[in-house]
Amino acid sequence: MTPGQPVRFFQVGSFAAGNRLLAPEMRTVQSDATRANSLTSGHRACQGCGEALGARYVLDTAMRATGGRLIAVNATGCLEVFTTPYPETSWRVPWLHSLFANAASVATGVAATLDAQGRNEVRVLAQAGDGGTVDIGFAALSGLFERNDDVLYVCYDNQAYMNTGVQRSGATPPAARTATTEALGPEPGNPFGQGKNLPLIAMAHNIPYVATATVAELHDLEAKVLKAMTMHGARYLHVLVPCPLGWGSAPAATIELARLAKESGLFAVFEAERGEVTASSSIRHQVPVEAYLRPQSRYRHLFDDTGAVLRPDIVGRLQALADANIARFDLLKSAS
Amino acid sequence: MLRQIEGSQAVARVVAACRPQVVCAYPITPQTHIVEAIGAMVKSGELPGCRFINVESEFSALSVAIGASATGARAYTATASQGLLFMMEALYNAAGLGLPIVMTLANRAVGAPINIWNDHSDAMAARDAGWIQLFAESNQEAADLHAQAFRLAEEVSLPVMVCMDGFVLTHAVERVDVVTREQIDAFLPPYEPRQVLDPSAPVTIGAMVGPEAFEEVRYLDHARHLDALGSIEAIAEEFAEVVGRPCGGLLSPYRTQDAELIVVALGSVLGTIHEVVDEARDRGARVGALGITTFRPFPLDAVRDALGGDARLLVVEKAFSSGFGGVLSTDIAMAVEGAPSRISTVVGGLGGRAITETSLRRVIDDALEGRLERLEFLDLDRGAVEAELARMAANRRSGPVAENMLRSLSASARRTGGGRP
Ligand SMILES: Cc1ncc(C[n+]2csc(CCOP(=O)(O)OP(=O)(O)O)c2C)c(N)n1
Ligand code: SF4
Ligand SMILES: [Mg+2]
Repeated sequence: MTPGQPVRFFQVGSFAAGNRLLAPEMRTVQSDATRANSLTSGHRACQGCGEALGARYVLDTAMRATGGRLIAVNATGCLEVFTTPYPETSWRVPWLHSLFANAASVATGVAATLDAQGRNEVRVLAQAGDGGTVDIGFAALSGLFERNDDVLYVCYDNQAYMNTGVQRSGATPPAARTATTEALGPEPGNPFGQGKNLPLIAMAHNIPYVATATVAELHDLEAKVLKAMTMHGARYLHVLVPCPLGWGSAPAATIELARLAKESGLFAVFEAERGEVTASSSIRHQVPVEAYLRPQSRYRHLFDDTGAVLRPDIVGRLQALADANIARFDLLKSAS
Repeated sequence: MLRQIEGSQAVARVVAACRPQVVCAYPITPQTHIVEAIGAMVKSGELPGCRFINVESEFSALSVAIGASATGARAYTATASQGLLFMMEALYNAAGLGLPIVMTLANRAVGAPINIWNDHSDAMAARDAGWIQLFAESNQEAADLHAQAFRLAEEVSLPVMVCMDGFVLTHAVERVDVVTREQIDAFLPPYEPRQVLDPSAPVTIGAMVGPEAFEEVRYLDHARHLDALGSIEAIAEEFAEVVGRPCGGLLSPYRTQDAELIVVALGSVLGTIHEVVDEARDRGARVGALGITTFRPFPLDAVRDALGGDARLLVVEKAFSSGFGGVLSTDIAMAVEGAPSRISTVVGGLGGRAITETSLRRVIDDALEGRLERLEFLDLDRGAVEAELARMAANRRSGPVAENMLRSLSASARRTGGGRP
């Protein structure tokens, strides 16, 4: 950073320390005026898009970690569509989009080539939405993990197929309304199932690194990307990225919702190495799940017009899911 | 170097001599021997600088090749039948992105009913995917076409599929002159991509394109295919100079001069056809043959020149379009003036049934005497078909067709003490 450069990026409304309070070397990559701007302005994401924010932080951090020697592979989805409307592109990194289901395999091909050509200083990052990751691209991703190919795979989880108009994916939480799980009938929204927790499935492959993060804690997100890039082999990063359009939330509430997802225990933020959890982010100010659900119209059927709980049975089941996460990942331990 | 060798091994050696950097595949009969052999060469260290990647599906196999090719690697994969259909989405993608991947297609029937034997229904299913499709008549040609395929793909920035008949070629052991690494080095320059993922000059590959330019982008694909027709001929000539034998090109005409009947076909059945043509010529019948080596891009002008005149045309096809008829026949009809009235299509060799000289002789005689229908199915067991149609008419719940057919064939085999294996 140039001396005297004013720091413009800090987090409002979160409990994270603002950059201005930190020593320069501890500030975010994003606050560095010489950051890569890998995903530059002018793209067509909705206001308040968590995915655009997450991708910008992830890519710039990976660019910092590799000294700019990075190749990105992208699955079909919002991120691909809003960044490359013909004839423009927001990408300032070498970027390849092939199909919806094959980002992992395409990334393997990129990594294999770099290895064959002895260009191992260039690193590979694959990125996809939750649908491209947990559903249609699942087999390819599991193949990448099993082979331990040298790729950092990042899933931007907005909990539905947003690009096609908010349909349910395997990562859609129970009770959430989507265009294919309408808020109708006795069990409105997405049915309660077993869930499909991709970070845990990734861990079952014993890959070097698995981590989850949200766009509420951008220092943490950057730190995890930096850490992932110090390692080789298959690494998986799962980032919760609220989507104002699909969640029915205010664009300005994106960061806050990501924080509430974590603080309620519904989304566990943790790290794992070689199949073992090594760290989890403690809940700092625990909130009941309804505090997270209420501001989102995808859960409107659970509340009445005054905001009072209309379906305590369903809210109770969601609270039970959060409690189970809290126990499993020890999320209420006092922060060390 | 001349050797007695299985077709798959010959192809594997030529592919290896072309020094691919990434080879990836998923097993499917009858492609397996090719990729197993390349895998072994990589594993033994015989192919330094090549990565062999075992993936979890054909869709991923081609996707790995896409990533590799876009990063500047010479990339190769091989498949057949169900595998080709499983990679269909990536087939269109590789072609649309203009990535010069080379693939061997060990031609095999597409199910249901599942069948591992040879026909061309897989290649025809991919006809419009944007790949160059070359068909080998023999193992010598299959081997040589792979060397030309890399050169061609990289020259025109399009993927190339070399089609070789499953089992008939892939598993046949015969004499093949396998090109040497030195010959390849004299013929195939290093791969210079038109577009490459490179951190020092970042590009966006695979951007979304709307109605404002989609047609133009797609047209450019067509234009490159048309360009490829010239490249295919030039490359075949240069190859012949380097290795001292002809191979490839657009078409392979055989005794078509003055012919009153020309048999048109793809692939290894041309060997049998040539035998029958020779025999007919010995009898004084003016019969010739035309092999279509380059099926996509389709060499309309060359076909027109080869089939001009007024000879009757007999197209022998190992695939068809249900509810319509021949696939290659349609293309021939497009190329040749007045052709529709001169063309008969014989569909045969489906699911590995042999196209015998006897059967070919019979259809050629019928064609010469104008007794052939516009569309015939070679050696079709009419009795079995009629019986099943009758059963279906009589019973709503007539059951699975394939099972019924096998049951009635085995019943008649018990009666006659024989039957088709
Ligand atoms: C094979 C295939 N099936 C379906 C689609 C349609 N499609 C494109 S993007 C998309 C949804 C993407 O969802 P996700 O991966 O969660 O990313 P998001 O848009 O939510 O960021 C779908 C269904 C497609 N492009 N390809
Ligand atoms: S629909 Fe959601 S994910 Fe897509 S651009 Fe809009 S906010 Fe972002
Ligand atoms: Mg999504």
